[in-house]
Amino acid sequence: MIKGKSLVSIDDFSKEEILRIIELAADFEANPNQPLLRDKVIASLFFEPSTRTRLSFETAINRLGARVIGFSDVNATSTTKGETLKDTIIMVSNYADLIVMRHPLEGAARYASEQSRVPIVNAGDGANQHPSQTLLDMFSIKKTQGHLDNLEIAMVGDLKYGRTVHSLLMAMSYFNPKFYFVAPDELKMPQEYKTFLDEKGIYYEEHRDMQEVLGKADILYMTRVQKERFSDLIEYERVKNTYVLHNAMLEGTKDNMRILHPLPRVNEISTDVDSNPKAYYFKQAENGVYTRMAIIASILGVK
Amino acid sequence: MEQHKELKVSAIKNGTVIDHIPSQNLFKVISLLGLENSGNQITFGMNLESGKLGKKAIIKVADREFSDDEINKIALVAPQAKLNTIRDYEVVEKRTVSIPDEVKGYVRCFNPKCITNHEKIVTRFFVVSKQPLELKCRYCEKVTTEQHLVIE
Repeated sequence: MIKGKSLVSIDDFSKEEILRIIELAADFEANPNQPLLRDKVIASLFFEPSTRTRLSFETAINRLGARVIGFSDVNATSTTKGETLKDTIIMVSNYADLIVMRHPLEGAARYASEQSRVPIVNAGDGANQHPSQTLLDMFSIKKTQGHLDNLEIAMVGDLKYGRTVHSLLMAMSYFNPKFYFVAPDELKMPQEYKTFLDEKGIYYEEHRDMQEVLGKADILYMTRVQKERFSDLIEYERVKNTYVLHNAMLEGTKDNMRILHPLPRVNEISTDVDSNPKAYYFKQAENGVYTRMAIIASILGVK
Repeated sequence: MEQHKELKVSAIKNGTVIDHIPSQNLFKVISLLGLENSGNQITFGMNLESGKLGKKAIIKVADREFSDDEINKIALVAPQAKLNTIRDYEVVEKRTVSIPDEVKGYVRCFNPKCITNHEKIVTRFFVVSKQPLELKCRYCEKVTTEQHLVIE
């Protein structure tokens, strides 16, 4: 039962609930203007800047017919006067029917969900969780592959700090995947996630070169390798081009293979890939709107 | 003469003796039990010889007994502690401590970006492992280990 529930962390939702959101997202894609929430007010509190996530949530809210209140610049709020998150959330939860929030501090969304009278949807809390991203990734995988079971998923780039890969890994673990982790030594998948997979009996391999796995993957999930993550800049210079995808590298990949990326992309996917039919990242971003419609509609109990 | 006096001070008629505390954690235990604000007669010794711990510490609190909840707080810093309840100079009960499944309110999350380090919030951790100690923050979901354990 999703109604009335906060979505803070991807493991707040069961396998059935994840499948339900994906199913509903497909329904909204087929029929995007459904003003089911005409009498609702939804707060969109962005304590940290974001383009895609905020616009996609606010588009979803508008397409559902609800009204949006909130802010996208924390400098225009009482937070700059020293108001605590607790006070802001208690106040806003008296105004709105649901709160979408992004905050730079980790755990802010869980804490807000304990203070709020209304459900909280976490749109990112620091490096911790970003569950709507995970759900839209899964919706994209389902759409491109027809199903979620037994897929071979290659994750490339920053697997150490990338919250999207960690949440996706946990959510996909319900569906018996095979993982290929491709990362430089400094940014390898943390041990806690490998232990999690070991305990669930899920197969994974670790690689340094993405060429070794491109032919096997159904999904190629690319992430940004950020310079500031490296303690050794010589190491960064040495590896930076290893984690860039070029169109020529896609030859010999599976026909059903699709490339996902949480965006923003910098240079890890060369622009010559964009016109390849296997490039799916812009469509993936569009899927975010339908997924967020599904999340909000089910939490508010109209779907 | 001095020796004799010391023993006399150490013996308590009624109260609790907490033994087998690792010496380096003696003051953490005192603080966790709130003993620095206590009006009771308290004696303690540290760097005493111990086969088990190398150097151990001991605390004797007169006229005070502890509930399991109180005493389990010290399990994080003194997992091998033994408690003897004393009544009329006799040991009437021996207890050990155990690490609870959830730790609430006295451990600081090691993650500087955790919300609990920026607002006044009672911390909460799920104990994912007791040995070695691993505490998963309910809020930021990061794991604090014994190495980074800070007691407030």
